[in-house]
This record gives sequence, C-alpha cells and structure tokens, in this order.
Amino acid sequence: MVMRQFLQRELRLLARQKADWLNPLLFFVIVLSLFPLGVGPEPNLLRLMAPGIVWIAALLSVLLAAERLFKDDYRNGVVEQLVATRQPLLSYVLAKILANWLSTGLPLVILSPVVALLLNVNQASFVAMILTLLLGTPLLSLLSVMGAALTVSADKGGILLALLILPLYIPLLIFASAAVEAASMVMPYHGQLAIMLAMLLFALALIPMAVISALKLNVS
Amino acid sequence: MINPSTFPVSANQLLLRADAVSCIRQDRVLFEQLCLSVEPGDMLHIAGKNGAGKSSLLRLLAGLAQPDDGIVLYREKPLHDVISDYAANLCYIGHHSGIHEQLTALENLSFWRAASGVAPADDFALLAKLGLAGLEDIPCRMLSAGQQRRVSLARLWFTPCQLWILDEPFTALDQSAITLLQQHFLQHLLKGGSVILTTHQSLSLDYARLTTMEIAYRW
Repeated sequence: MVMRQFLQRELRLLARQKADWLNPLLFFVIVLSLFPLGVGPEPNLLRLMAPGIVWIAALLSVLLAAERLFKDDYRNGVVEQLVATRQPLLSYVLAKILANWLSTGLPLVILSPVVALLLNVNQASFVAMILTLLLGTPLLSLLSVMGAALTVSADKGGILLALLILPLYIPLLIFASAAVEAASMVMPYHGQLAIMLAMLLFALALIPMAVISALKLNVS
Repeated sequence: MINPSTFPVSANQLLLRADAVSCIRQDRVLFEQLCLSVEPGDMLHIAGKNGAGKSSLLRLLAGLAQPDDGIVLYREKPLHDVISDYAANLCYIGHHSGIHEQLTALENLSFWRAASGVAPADDFALLAKLGLAGLEDIPCRMLSAGQQRRVSLARLWFTPCQLWILDEPFTALDQSAITLLQQHFLQHLLKGGSVILTTHQSLSLDYARLTTMEIAYRW
C-alpha cells in the first residue's frame, strides 16, 4: 500500500525528468551502434564479440543512471525526514530499486532485438542474451542503488560511485557473457544462469538493508 | 479540554529528556552538559545566534545524530533502544522543506501521508486553508519560498504524531501564515502534544507552558 504510493511517486518523477533515464538508454544504443563502425562490419567477428559488448554497454549505461538516484531527495530533505520517521524507509528503498529497474533495466531487455540485429547475434544466443539481461539487470539496479546511497552526500560522487560498484558488477559480467558465449556454441548454459539467479537472490535479501543503513549514515 | 487519550504518552509522563548532552562539530564545542525535558503539552523554543548549534541539538533530539556525550531518553528509556516507537511518534521537519520541486503540492502531500501512515485523502481543503487554493496542481518549483514552506508544513495538519520537532518553521512565511501556524500549535498543545522548535522570530503565542532555552554561541 505504502510501497505502491511510493512507486507511483518515483514513476511520476521519472515521467517528469525524462533525461534521467533516456540518456542512459541512448548511450547504450549509441555505444552498440559504434562497434560495427569501429571494428569493421565483419559478421563473424561481431558475433564473437557480441556478448561482451552488450554487457559492458549495459553496465555503463546503468552506472550512468545511478548517480542521480537519491540526489534530489537528499538535497531537499526528504531522505533526512524519512530517516527520522524510520518505518517507511524500507518501502521507499524498494520503490527506488523497482523504479530504477523499470526505467533502466527493462528498456535494455526491450531493446535487445535491435542489439541482436546490430551485432549479428544468432537465435540461440539471442535467447540467452534476453535471459541473462532479465536476470542480470535487476542485480545491476540493486547494486547501483546501493552505490548511490553510499555516495549521496559526496559532492562529486560520480567517479567514487563508479570505483565503488564497478568491481561488484564484474562477477555478473563474467557469468552473463559466458552464458551468451556458451549459447552461441550451442552448449548448455544453465549453470551460469543458476549462478546469476543465486547472486540476484542474495543481493535482494541483503542490499535493501545495506541501503537503509547507508542512508541513515549519510544523514547523521 | 485536554484529551490525552489520542497520544501514546499521557499528561503526567515525561515525553523526552536530554541528560547532559554535548555536541562537538569540527573541534568546536557547540554545547555541553545540556539538560532539557519535555512533557506532553510543553512547548520548547530553542533560541540562539546563527551557528550556535540549534539545528544540531534538534537533530540529536530527533535521533538523527548521536550526542558526543550524554544521552537522550524517550519515556525514560535510551533513544536507541526505543527508536522505532519514538520515530513513530515524532514528526520532524528539518531545515530543508522535504518537498520535491518536480511534484505538485497535492502529490507531495500524498507522499507524506503515505510516509506517516495516514490514509490517503483529498487535500484540496487543507491547501485552501493554507492559502494555496488554485496552486494545488502546479509543480512546487513554480511556487515562492513561502508557499513551498506552507506545503511542507501542511503535514502538521494530518500527522498523528505527538512530538513535533521543527527547525525554523517560520522561515519565509508571511505574518498571516505565522499566526495560522501558531494557532495550530496551540490546538496541538491543548490536545496533549508537544512542540520543540527553533526560530529567530519572537513568538506571539500566549501559552503558559512555553519555555525558551537560549544556546549561547561559543568559540
């Protein structure tokens, strides 16, 4: 109930501040469309590199959206006053995470057919790419919300945020691109998907608590 | 006239007490060994020069920061033991307004209704009472500083909390809004609520249990 109201607020804010989520998406598309131009339009080469390229572009575009997550609410005192009220903090954090995924993660999944065309991805690896994006982008959102909460009081937090959460993205990058690569060689990739799901569930259980602690720390 | 049953702390109990608290910021002692107590129905005005430590004291009392020495007690229990009970009974409006500039007055209020656990309701009448009729549906960044402050303080009309801690609530408000707010304080106090606030205005409130505490500016 409270959570639904908070989510509504976040989505309303996203609808009014379109640059916050459109810029990262444009960035994603631009990076991917530059690769065929940069490395040459050799279909086999592109197909070979596709898993890595897609996931690196996804990581960077999510990172781009992360910095401003809590900035406005911190500056105008919403975070401070929510921390003083304590009880609605969990709903607030969950709404932030969900709204972040809906605005940055889900569009990447929706855009993936375009990506597959650009990079000459075959059908088997395309399915794997969608599955890894579906499992991986919620984890990216969780991690970036945590990074944003930790760096919210830092004036120029952008580079600090990148240093803090890019290392945490690396396991995801390794398993996700390994899964897509295995799929392109028609090998089973359940193992990689299972590990990604495990990482997602682990993060889902612990990160909301970490975000709450980080917010409390940053207002005290 | 006093109806204490609506609030968790009844009239003869101690609501909040600070025992010998000290606060140090950047090697400067803002205040030390400071004691205060607040009972239901009390209004405490904290006065002092700019930089004397009024906001820091309010943040200690709101449980947002820890005192460097001493202890804050809610119903005679240390704050960190009963923080969720305390937070549920506290309405803190800090130096910043707590309203998002991109949202309208109505949207901001429905957010704070949800956050304070109050059922959603139509806020048109409330906003009209605060002199914001016709401005309900435009983003708050278009409003003047005083109007934004009014939206922020509108929370006090629906919060169920007993203790209000307000940092400079009168900033940017005009005389009529200040009068309205003070009348609302009076109603809250008569119901058994308490108010702790800082302000540089002199309070025109005629209330026997209004105490003023001066924090001296020290180097």
